[in-house]
Amino acid sequence: MTELVATVLSLGFAAQVLRIAVPYALAAMGGAITERSGVIDLALEAKLLFGAFTAAAVGHATGSAVLGIAGGVAAGMIVAAIQVGCALGLGADQVIVGIALNGVALGGTRFLLQLLFGEGANSPPCPAYGGAVLTNPIVWIAAVATAALPYAVRRTRWGVRLRAAGDRPDALVAVGVSPVRARLAAALVGGALAGAGGAQLSLAVGGFTADMSSGRGYIALAMVILSGWRPAWAVVACLVVALAEALGIAFQVSGVPIAHELVALLPYVATLAVLVIAGGNRRSPPRSLGQI
Amino acid sequence: MTAPEPAAGTRMPETGREAAAAASASGMMIDAELDKAYPGCVVLRGARLAVRRGTVHALVGENGAGKSTLVKIVAGILRGDAGALQIAGAPVELASWDRRAARAAGVGIVQQHGASAGTLSVVENAVLGVEPLRGPLLQLGPTAAALIELGRRIGLPVDPGAEAERLPLGAAQRAEIVAALHQGARLLILDEPTAVLTPVEVDGLLATLRRLAAEGTTVVLVTHKLDEVRAVADEVTVLRTGRTVTTFTASGEGAEGLRRDARLDVAAIARAMVGTDLPPPPPPAAPAAGARAVLELAGVRVGDELDPTDLRVRAGEIVGVAGVDGNGQRELALAIAGLVEVSAGAIRIGGHPATDAAPAARLARGLAHIPEDRQHGGLWLDASVADNLALGRADLTGGFRIDRGRVRAHAATQIAELDIRPTDPATVVRALSGGNQQKVVIGRELSRPELVCVLAAQPTRGVDLGAVVRIHDRLRGAAAAGAGVLVISADLDELLALCHRIVVMLRGRIVGEREGAALRDTGARNALGALMTGVEAT
Amino acid sequence: MTAGKDPGPDPVRSRLPQAFRIPLSGARRELETAVLALLASIAIGSALMLIAGKAPGHVWWTMVTRTTGDPYVLGQVLYKATALALTGLAVSLALEAGLFNIGAEGQVTAGVLGCALAGTALPAGTPAVIAIPVCLIAAAAAGGAIGAAIGGLRVWRGAHEVITSIMFNAIVSGFALYLGNRVIFRGGTTTGAAIVPGAELPQLGFGGSSANASIVLAVLAVAVVWWLRARTTWGQGWLVVGQSPEAARTTGISVGKVQILVMTGSGALAGLAAANFVMGHKHAFEEGLGRGTGLLGISAALLGRMHPVGVVLAALVLGFLSSGGLAVAELVPKELTEMLQGVVVLAVAAAVPWVRRAEAAA
Repeated sequence: MTELVATVLSLGFAAQVLRIAVPYALAAMGGAITERSGVIDLALEAKLLFGAFTAAAVGHATGSAVLGIAGGVAAGMIVAAIQVGCALGLGADQVIVGIALNGVALGGTRFLLQLLFGEGANSPPCPAYGGAVLTNPIVWIAAVATAALPYAVRRTRWGVRLRAAGDRPDALVAVGVSPVRARLAAALVGGALAGAGGAQLSLAVGGFTADMSSGRGYIALAMVILSGWRPAWAVVACLVVALAEALGIAFQVSGVPIAHELVALLPYVATLAVLVIAGGNRRSPPRSLGQI
Repeated sequence: MTAPEPAAGTRMPETGREAAAAASASGMMIDAELDKAYPGCVVLRGARLAVRRGTVHALVGENGAGKSTLVKIVAGILRGDAGALQIAGAPVELASWDRRAARAAGVGIVQQHGASAGTLSVVENAVLGVEPLRGPLLQLGPTAAALIELGRRIGLPVDPGAEAERLPLGAAQRAEIVAALHQGARLLILDEPTAVLTPVEVDGLLATLRRLAAEGTTVVLVTHKLDEVRAVADEVTVLRTGRTVTTFTASGEGAEGLRRDARLDVAAIARAMVGTDLPPPPPPAAPAAGARAVLELAGVRVGDELDPTDLRVRAGEIVGVAGVDGNGQRELALAIAGLVEVSAGAIRIGGHPATDAAPAARLARGLAHIPEDRQHGGLWLDASVADNLALGRADLTGGFRIDRGRVRAHAATQIAELDIRPTDPATVVRALSGGNQQKVVIGRELSRPELVCVLAAQPTRGVDLGAVVRIHDRLRGAAAAGAGVLVISADLDELLALCHRIVVMLRGRIVGEREGAALRDTGARNALGALMTGVEAT
Repeated sequence: MTAGKDPGPDPVRSRLPQAFRIPLSGARRELETAVLALLASIAIGSALMLIAGKAPGHVWWTMVTRTTGDPYVLGQVLYKATALALTGLAVSLALEAGLFNIGAEGQVTAGVLGCALAGTALPAGTPAVIAIPVCLIAAAAAGGAIGAAIGGLRVWRGAHEVITSIMFNAIVSGFALYLGNRVIFRGGTTTGAAIVPGAELPQLGFGGSSANASIVLAVLAVAVVWWLRARTTWGQGWLVVGQSPEAARTTGISVGKVQILVMTGSGALAGLAAANFVMGHKHAFEEGLGRGTGLLGISAALLGRMHPVGVVLAALVLGFLSSGGLAVAELVPKELTEMLQGVVVLAVAAAVPWVRRAEAAA
């Protein structure tokens, strides 16, 4: 037990919490701005998965982790473009588009694994950042995004237009700006962030595993809602989730007699608990969320 | 209402720049003749609007006359089907005339419910689309300063940093007007701007409009309040069922075919709006004296929207609630129907306590509820006429297994009685016109067995004249059969035609009441109108 | 300016229902939508086959001939379709009431757990007339409890059902694993003790395939849901809550109550899919049993346009895709058909507004 306490208080544990938090936080920030622009972002899971796969595949092919990150970012943006195309271009139901894309990502990454590497579950190894924090560019991307995103939303043309698109798209139409373009611009940045989060999943362990996002996109979206669609607060919420997850791992490693299957459920239970507790007094969503 | 400027007929001289521009062009800011139709309903048929530069031009007409549609086409918000439109003498291609083009041409519009993004600040709304940048960042300071300065100059103070949705309605409207002018509007269209304003604010706005016109801005004021027209307008165009009836001018100049009328005779304008001088409706038969109360409200309060309110409706009585929209009538109706939590007070329906009863229990007690918005509340738009006529009516459908025979028979009866068209009970309600949709709601609610109390909120809003007559007949019939009827309406004439007694609501309170003979004399309308606008209360 | 009434709806747009769940103007249009979506999916599938270096015509043809020509594969299609019809029905039911129950996955797992626990707890000689209903009720109750929880959180706490569903899916699956490891699994395996013989459902043959008598249960469930929604005030209640909650409220229907009841029913239907897996096939609790059925049920519901009959057809199509995918695994990776199951949903979502616009233009 003392061993466990020592682990939890160590610098290494803090680093681990950060590493675990990065995919959640990047996905949540991406989700926050996508939703602020009025597009329901249930496709975070797909962006994470395709981001993770592409990062691993590019990393494996080029031997460069940085190119892997670029690949992950690009994959996230492509998913976002397809999402916006289906939802705003074709007028498809946004919730269904998100869920369908997650299904496509689950099957699609496995198909690509099979096609490219002849394997159903794992990619060949790619460069890994492992336990590194300060030398991992994705951690820095997350840190910079956390600091800069709220400012960008408030103080840039991109930000003011995405807020207008999520609130009163007809106000944008009235000044001759296409709300669809404003939303696409928001969703592409959101996709890039979530894609980078996916890259962290595979590049941290040096390879892609089928379904390795395992619901993180949904948890990230829950944090977006809890944070009232404010990116910086969403990051804080994600840090709490990461803390729960890291604690679970610490428990498991320490050999404290607690069922590891149940400890692994901590992030989900925590999310659910917060949703229930915070239920009544939540901020309202962007006014035009989900509308065309 | 008091007019800020007694004689609106005298126009101030145009300023130099505008005068020069006016001289070079035709002198007309708007010259329009427009058609617009939606599936199954023609809104504008050759509606003509000619507005001279530097004037305040009132566009008047009853609800549904097509006023808003006309100005929205001019402002590029809606697209006209056919016709011709010239802005400042330049012909406009209707097919490509959108809001952006209109804005570039100097057409500003302040819509009835505002068009600002509520979570953006006033200055952010003002720069939207043409954001001034310094490097990658927005540069809002200069625009904010300009808005404050412009607002001060024309007498409409604004706070550029305030979030639009946190502003009171009057302040939000001022901000939109200032923003439109800041963006270079030479033509300012205001769609029913005074509906959300207090009387003092109205006077201030009207004075500002005169000042703007004096400085050369052309103003189009959409309204149905004739005292405003008399206070500010140089010219008046009257629209009725999508056609321009006539244009009055105060100054004696203007285009060919205008009716010259130096004093802008309000009675003549009113006649043009309505069509003919309607005969006064027959006074409804008075309810039996001493009839029992079927609806009683004692000190009912709803949040900040409805102050503690007492109200009694007796069996056989038709009581009207008059007032400008948004003065607590909506909350009053929801409280009676059980659709909003009551903060204090007690409600009795048919003599039974109903304060905490669920909506279903109130309906079971003999309440009929005609909600103010038939599309969001009254009707299941994607179901058939027959299903809507029986919706929630366990007496027709049966408790579990739906008795289709009875539902169909009921539908046939109501369709015939109310003349609902088309007559096929399987028609999806969404496909019906507004009037026929409302008849479906009326048919369902007023055919309830053992009707005790009828709550009718805006029962004829957006409904054609034929439907109005039938709906009024049914409401009178319900009262004659012994139910108490509470009619909430923004249309005072409707209430005068229907009610035994009228109460007036203002800012969440009942501020006055008129009954019996006091409703029949000629001054009743003006007295109630004064109450509605708070003239007497302040 | 936000106080006061919202601006009136645009007359043209208000004439076109926006939501996916609002039915099109007739069975023909619904069928058109499904066919359109299938054609689009086949086209995308063919493109992927080309990328994989295979001739699409050959692959599709092989898939069809192997599936229809082999009673075993056909039986497997039925086995999968049985569970999909139930989960598809579960998702449809909730969707028609305006709720997206993607928690069917967890509800199936809960059902499997409940069914197996009840089946093993019964005394060895329990006759079928008792054992079968007890196991079915246990399965439905376990799934229904999860559904009720999701519905309750939505109604009372405003927690979005999609998010809570995902959390419950993870929690139920983790909890099942925990119970399995600690209580159920026998000596190093991931399988639990067998249920009593009385609770087993007979096989249907089909070359030794897993198809079993629970197909009767699925057909019965479809018939009951169809009858409820077409003929009773309950069905009308959940439809009006889904399509026009304001009208439901003003006419005295309690929206929250209906939503909780519907989510409970939806969870129970998903839980009943356990009959197919536990009582009809494995006769025991097994790690991962029924996995994926709930998520694929979403595809069945959407492709079937939420209509009970449509859901059955969609379940057959999807069952064919997954069995067919296995049957041609040596030609193209079976993951291709897994991916297509997601593509189908995307295609339906896109086809609905398309058909609606065509409908409005006609």
